[in-house]
Amino acid sequence: MAPALTVARRELAGYFATPVATVFIVIFLVLAGALTFTLGNFFGRGQADLQPFFSFVPWLFLFLVPALTMRLWAEERRLGTIELLLTLPLPQWQAVLGKFLAAWAFCGIALALTFPLWITVNVLGQPDNGVILAGYVGCLLVAGAYLAVGAAVSAMTKNQVVAFVLAVALCFVFAASGSPVVTEFLSVRLPVLAEVSRALSVVDRFTGFTRGVIGARDLVFFASFIGFFLFVNAVVLDHRKAD
Amino acid sequence: MAALIEIERLTKRFSGFTAVDDVSFSVARGEVLGFLGPNGAGKSTTMRMLAGFMPPTSGTARICGADVVAQPVAAKRNLGFLPEGAPTYPEMTVTGFLAFAGRIRGFRGSELHDRVAHAMLLTQLEGVRLQPIETLSKGFKRRVGLAQALLHDPPVLVLDEPTDGLDPNQKHEVRELIRRMAPQKAIVISTHILEEVGAVCTRAIIIARGKLVVDAPPSVLEREGRSLEEVFRSLTLGTPAPAAAKEAA
Repeated sequence: MAPALTVARRELAGYFATPVATVFIVIFLVLAGALTFTLGNFFGRGQADLQPFFSFVPWLFLFLVPALTMRLWAEERRLGTIELLLTLPLPQWQAVLGKFLAAWAFCGIALALTFPLWITVNVLGQPDNGVILAGYVGCLLVAGAYLAVGAAVSAMTKNQVVAFVLAVALCFVFAASGSPVVTEFLSVRLPVLAEVSRALSVVDRFTGFTRGVIGARDLVFFASFIGFFLFVNAVVLDHRKAD
Repeated sequence: MAALIEIERLTKRFSGFTAVDDVSFSVARGEVLGFLGPNGAGKSTTMRMLAGFMPPTSGTARICGADVVAQPVAAKRNLGFLPEGAPTYPEMTVTGFLAFAGRIRGFRGSELHDRVAHAMLLTQLEGVRLQPIETLSKGFKRRVGLAQALLHDPPVLVLDEPTDGLDPNQKHEVRELIRRMAPQKAIVISTHILEEVGAVCTRAIIIARGKLVVDAPPSVLEREGRSLEEVFRSLTLGTPAPAAAKEAA
């Protein structure tokens, strides 16, 4: 694990050494705040909870997380540093894991910085803080799922724009697969696939967390989802690292 | 004494062409091997396979007895590698970058500090130790890459164009450094600069169109009054030496 953490530490410092960190965090906070208070009707609905905020997070992450992951491997390729990193004595999967952990920790920092929302509901009413905590755990898991997808896509291409667009598209598939539009369409045409589609939906799983339920099955889902895409990342990297 | 670098029948095919074709050689401790060839001859591809970055299509490469494909981590521990173009992370400082490489290699605390300081001393980087690498000149960047390769004092050094982009004084320093380290290590350097081969190498290999065409000490190549340049031209262009000699004159 030590080499993975060393890689993660370097990556995380890299975010803050470039404008990436500032831009990402500022845009995330502005959008999250604006959507929560306007479309989410945070004050008008008269309830002390963070439901409006949580309902927007998966859709915000859909665009922001691929912006974070598009450079993950593509940038290493462009600079040639991939040749340096992968000729240092560390198992390849540790490099994959380290990069993922750094991006995940970074998303955690961005989420933690939404704490003024949490303070606001606690000042205005008596929210169930357990539910809010579960919601944040859910947000972090959604970020992890998108990051794993985005990182795997980034390993496939040298071009950052391609990496971004493909990652958004793929994340969208996993976000929308549980939406009524998709499942109703499928249940008419292909009933078997409708169940599969719902089961694979990141957003569908996430709604349980926002209601305060941390289900073992959902945790297993996110863990295997992330694990699967990190594995894909390692395999793709092994085959295409020198291209 | 067993060779520290052993390459056997190494071949790399890309779709449509063979970049490295059945290359075999070995390098023992104390040898400095000059790896020569025109651009695109397969020098960097061979070095990448030796460093375990690119998997060979067939054949094997071993560093200190460890196969680079089967035991990659063990092989890389004994290797100091300067990739082509000396890539580094531009936003990091020189010390930050070297400490990163050192930490991956398992050094901690005062040992890490001493190793980084020593590598910077060898490559004369102390003056810029806290500067971000992106603000440095080409020669400094190359030396940062070199410092990274020397950090752990490896028995095997593979340096892809170590003096490219350096001014004459810096070139001299790097050659001196290589000469000083040579007795304890097996070193492979690739270069286009033929005078460098005569200056530091105990052996030269010329590779053309992926094939190994010559493996001999520079002094042997230069016998009969022919210069290394003439030998290089005749072997890599396929033209007879006398014609090449006339053109050169």
